[in-house]
Amino acid sequence: MSSRDKILAAVRSNKPGQRDLPEINIPVSYEGLTEKYTQVATAIGARVYSVESIAEIKSKLNEFFDPAKRWVASLAEFSDVAETNLANVDPHSLEDVELSIIEAVLAVAENGASWVPEQNVPQRIVPFICQHLVIIVPANKIVPTLHQAYEITAGAEYGYGAFIAGPSKTADIEQSLVLGAHGPRSLTIFILS
Amino acid sequence: MNVETKDHSGLADIFNQNESRVDWHDETLWFIRSKRDKAAQGLPEWELLRETASQIKHNVLSNLDEYLEQFESNAKANGITVHWAANAKEHNEIVHSILKKHNINRMMKSKSMLTEECHLNDYLKKNGVEVIDTDLGERIVQLADEPPSHIVLPCIHKKKEEIGDLFHVHLGTAAGEADPQVLTEAARQHLRETFVTRKLSLTGVNFAVAETGEFVVCTNEGNADMASHLADVHIACMGIEKLIPQRKHLSVFLRLLTRSATGQPITTYSSHFKKPRAGQEMHIVLVDNGRTVQLGREDFRNSLKCIRCGACMNTCPVYRRSGGHSYHNAIAGPIGSILAPNLDMKEYADLPFASTLCGSCSNVCPVKIDIHDQLYKWRQVLVKEGHVSPVKAMGMRAMALTFSMPKFFSFAGKAGRTVMKYFPSVVNNKLNPWYKEREMPAPPKQSFREWYAKERAGK
Ligand code: SF4
Repeated sequence: MSSRDKILAAVRSNKPGQRDLPEINIPVSYEGLTEKYTQVATAIGARVYSVESIAEIKSKLNEFFDPAKRWVASLAEFSDVAETNLANVDPHSLEDVELSIIEAVLAVAENGASWVPEQNVPQRIVPFICQHLVIIVPANKIVPTLHQAYEITAGAEYGYGAFIAGPSKTADIEQSLVLGAHGPRSLTIFILS
Repeated sequence: MNVETKDHSGLADIFNQNESRVDWHDETLWFIRSKRDKAAQGLPEWELLRETASQIKHNVLSNLDEYLEQFESNAKANGITVHWAANAKEHNEIVHSILKKHNINRMMKSKSMLTEECHLNDYLKKNGVEVIDTDLGERIVQLADEPPSHIVLPCIHKKKEEIGDLFHVHLGTAAGEADPQVLTEAARQHLRETFVTRKLSLTGVNFAVAETGEFVVCTNEGNADMASHLADVHIACMGIEKLIPQRKHLSVFLRLLTRSATGQPITTYSSHFKKPRAGQEMHIVLVDNGRTVQLGREDFRNSLKCIRCGACMNTCPVYRRSGGHSYHNAIAGPIGSILAPNLDMKEYADLPFASTLCGSCSNVCPVKIDIHDQLYKWRQVLVKEGHVSPVKAMGMRAMALTFSMPKFFSFAGKAGRTVMKYFPSVVNNKLNPWYKEREMPAPPKQSFREWYAKERAGK
């Protein structure tokens, strides 16, 4: 008998009697989502700005980051300041990217996370390999909790997707928080209305 | 460190030789436990989430065979190769065979307690494969040639000066450099080189979804993503109990996991892998290694609900003051003490006794495992099976009897207070290792029960 069949047979003979799945029925409040999201995202190490146009984002980016370094973006609107045509490059060639600019499908107020599926990044590695990350969150796409986030994205097709909450971090050395473990050293979020 | 010949109390003795380190360890973990409390108290729905998570896990255990088959067929349809391993040996061989197929002898690994359980690193080393752990804490213990001492915080037992010394030798940082910021930066540079040069990435799995065939990996550092999105081959290894029925159930578990672990609202990255990227090969290894046996043990099967948050360790007064290595098992602490005897009763017979049965573990567990009850039940089983010394067994029988009879309990309490008052050495002795090198508190003159009765009578 293969290990597969052995394991399945052992599960069948040892499993307990049927227990039904519960409903997920968690109370939710839709009040002050943008404030809550901003507060939580800031607390976990991101900086958050509410803006009204892509032009406003660009001017802030020029202020915060060095335009002489390599910038990449997933949105065609940024093709004047960043490389946007990366679909076919070897991911290793992105090792020197300074800044990645991407857009989230939605953001979650309770934990400051943004949902970024594969379709929203030119390569899976883009939000990770850069020194600094920028995520643009559409102002009307902030949901209260993860329950709503999974409801809205139910049935969406993706090969890969991630909730990203804050810059990469570690506290492995004596619980001292250090930003910039392996991924981006900073995360800047623009809530775009 | 020779852990072969020692039991928990012997190893705890070694850890306790340095009292200030024990205090520091204790306080650090309590600090994390306090952060967990704050996060939990911030959600009025916390108890409802725990109950929902617990019920989902009960459903998983009662349908695990169907969920496994459903997951397998969905993962396959997504282009992932699915392997099944009955035990640690087969798991290690499967990983090795994938390496051989690609002619790879250098690989990178993200945090996976399963591979610790299977001693994968040792196995691969013997077979000429270099493994680099990419989680900072795991890399530190790897450089120190030690196992992790905690499932979430692998090097929580190490002082920054010790880490500085390790990095000086292995990564060339300045002698005496112990600033966490500087050391982390050195590790970042060193591991970047690993990420861009190694062709195979192995990760653990936090949750696997039967409905969609995807799996989720949670990290703060981003190491699992850095490694897997650059590698030609991604292998994900998981215990069969990691399955959950539907994608929407992730919302319940992700809300609980990191709040329970470190008090963060969520890990920095919760990465959902469903299909390999173009040109990449993706494998999943489903591992039993004793889990189906535990599933058949009515009293202990609930331990398979565990989502490995580490909260039960952070809160445990014994773990905090004895250190993770004293459990001589890949998974330490209260939950490790339930899982280990399932694998080998003789070798791990000491672990269910490394507990005060205070119940704090069960109170914090996000999936409501009755941890301290199971520890108590393991003690009965281990005595019955003859794995416990007669002295300990005698004490246990008396204790079981006492707890089972409330009337006798109040009498025994009275007797106990008298004994402690006049013969403290009976309690404060070798047969009671938790009180070794510690004075027992002075016994109260009357018990709460007596005081209460008197107060009421006086009203
Ligand atoms: S037993 Fe519960 S508290 Fe302990 S690690 Fe597992 S899920 Fe967390």
